[in-house]
Amino acid sequence: MHGFWRWLAEKWVLLLGFVLLAYLFVPIAVVMLLSFNQPASRNTTYVLDFATFQFTWNNWTDMCGAAGICDSLMRSIYVGLSATVIATILGTLISFALVRYRFIGRGSTNTLIFLPMATPEIVMGTSLLTLFIGLQIPMGFLTILIAHVMFCISFVVVTVKARLAGLDPRLQEAAMDLYATPWQAFRLVILPLVLPGIVAAALLAFSLSFDDFIITNFVTGTSDYTTFPMFIWGSNLRGIPPQVNAIATAMFLISFAFVIAGQLRTRRRSARRAATS
Amino acid sequence: MAALLPTASGTPAAATEIPVEPPAGMRRRRWIPYALLAPGLLWLAVFFVYPVFQLVMASLWDPSGSVETGYTFAWAFSNYADAWEMFHVQFLRSLWYALITTVVCVALGYPLAYAIAIKGGRWKNLMLVGVIAPFFTSYLVRTYSWKAILSDSGPVVDFLKWAHLLAPDGRLLATEFAVIAGLVYNFLPFMVLPLYASLDKLDVRLLEAARDLYHGPVRSFFRVTLPLSMPGLIAGTLLTFIPAAGDYVNAQLLGGPNTQMIGSVIQSRFLVVNDYPIASALSVMLMVTILVLVTVYVSTAGTEEVV
Repeated sequence: MHGFWRWLAEKWVLLLGFVLLAYLFVPIAVVMLLSFNQPASRNTTYVLDFATFQFTWNNWTDMCGAAGICDSLMRSIYVGLSATVIATILGTLISFALVRYRFIGRGSTNTLIFLPMATPEIVMGTSLLTLFIGLQIPMGFLTILIAHVMFCISFVVVTVKARLAGLDPRLQEAAMDLYATPWQAFRLVILPLVLPGIVAAALLAFSLSFDDFIITNFVTGTSDYTTFPMFIWGSNLRGIPPQVNAIATAMFLISFAFVIAGQLRTRRRSARRAATS
Repeated sequence: MAALLPTASGTPAAATEIPVEPPAGMRRRRWIPYALLAPGLLWLAVFFVYPVFQLVMASLWDPSGSVETGYTFAWAFSNYADAWEMFHVQFLRSLWYALITTVVCVALGYPLAYAIAIKGGRWKNLMLVGVIAPFFTSYLVRTYSWKAILSDSGPVVDFLKWAHLLAPDGRLLATEFAVIAGLVYNFLPFMVLPLYASLDKLDVRLLEAARDLYHGPVRSFFRVTLPLSMPGLIAGTLLTFIPAAGDYVNAQLLGGPNTQMIGSVIQSRFLVVNDYPIASALSVMLMVTILVLVTVYVSTAGTEEVV
């Protein structure tokens, strides 16, 4: 018994950490559970009641069964990928300028990058809406893309900047000393070292865009370009099809598999590096 | 160094020449940073700065206009007075909910970040994946899931009724508790991640040194760990408070008429009632309030190292 208390005194913080992680996981587990439930009607999709729980595979075997659900998913992926490509390029260029150069206006550039992150999404959504109404731009894919790129840029800059700042600037000089052309030095030395930061930034941008609801709600207007979050929101009145839970669970499992695979890869690589050195 | 980087268009800057004297090349290519910045900053200027300006203008439109007849600019500061008159309850409530959310997130997020960064050991990476795991599903689905958990026939309500902590006809949904619980859940990772980043940099030998100097665990926490994690704490509180103050998803899905937040008001004024001047005024009020609070907070807490 004495040993247990000593163990607890040593480990209680870690245990508390695991309890809090379990709390973060609870709603995900509930979504997984509900993905196997056949609700009595669409209005009870989000009622967790074990007395009326009815097991079914239907939500999984017939994922696209609800009208418009998979179309909206494809639109979200399409918007997400487009916004990610544009925001990652623009943001990476900005971070190179910020880390590698001293220039007039550097401070105000940093402020401009920080501001969108310090502005509530609802303010960005409403201000874009007034802009698009003022310019009479029809709402749809284009307005959604513009908005998504806008709020992703700052997050890309911050992520890539962190990686770039940790890089020794002398690496480039060393490459040049070894007769690399500037382009070669960039492509063969700098880019591979910054790439993990750029990939992380792109993943972040994609997940921000894919899951955005608050801003998208404002810039979709009356158009029928319904993204996945807008589909869920729009189903609120008629009731949410239970397939949403199956798709959300699949999304979770796929992302989880990707992250774990990435972690294993870096672990294996660092193990190999440790073995060879 | 400047000569080594590609220009904004992606073509290498002077790919063929080896700059013998980099500083000279740097001076010659002073335009390069501006070329790198131009596309991204232009995007932000046109689709962030200008729209905010447009929003301020819209908040001063003549309120007697409508979508059909069009609006005219009229320096109508009365919009602000009207907006405050009608919606100050929701406005103050939002700031209050955001404050409680932030405090609870610190209380939950600090131990979690500490556990991962200092005590995590071989569990560290797995625990970090656990923190970002909620982002693998959709925000709306997560919030709906809380609706299911807290629903009237759900397990939490059943348990509370069984334990006589809730009246037989009591509910959790449509209460302040449900809205704040949803906000806390959704923004907790934003608190944990910057805190973790700060604590992970902490040199544990400092804690050993504090112990060697006869500091107990409590005193070394308040005199060593906490001050060194301030940048993360400040970033975390901002990343929690700001989105929580403007959120309307949690209030809409988990709350009721008495827990409406300013986000819901702005949303419905804009998208349902189409009352642009008042909605814009509310939006501007929210933005200015948050900017002032953030500036005061950051300068009092005394760090510039937020981003």
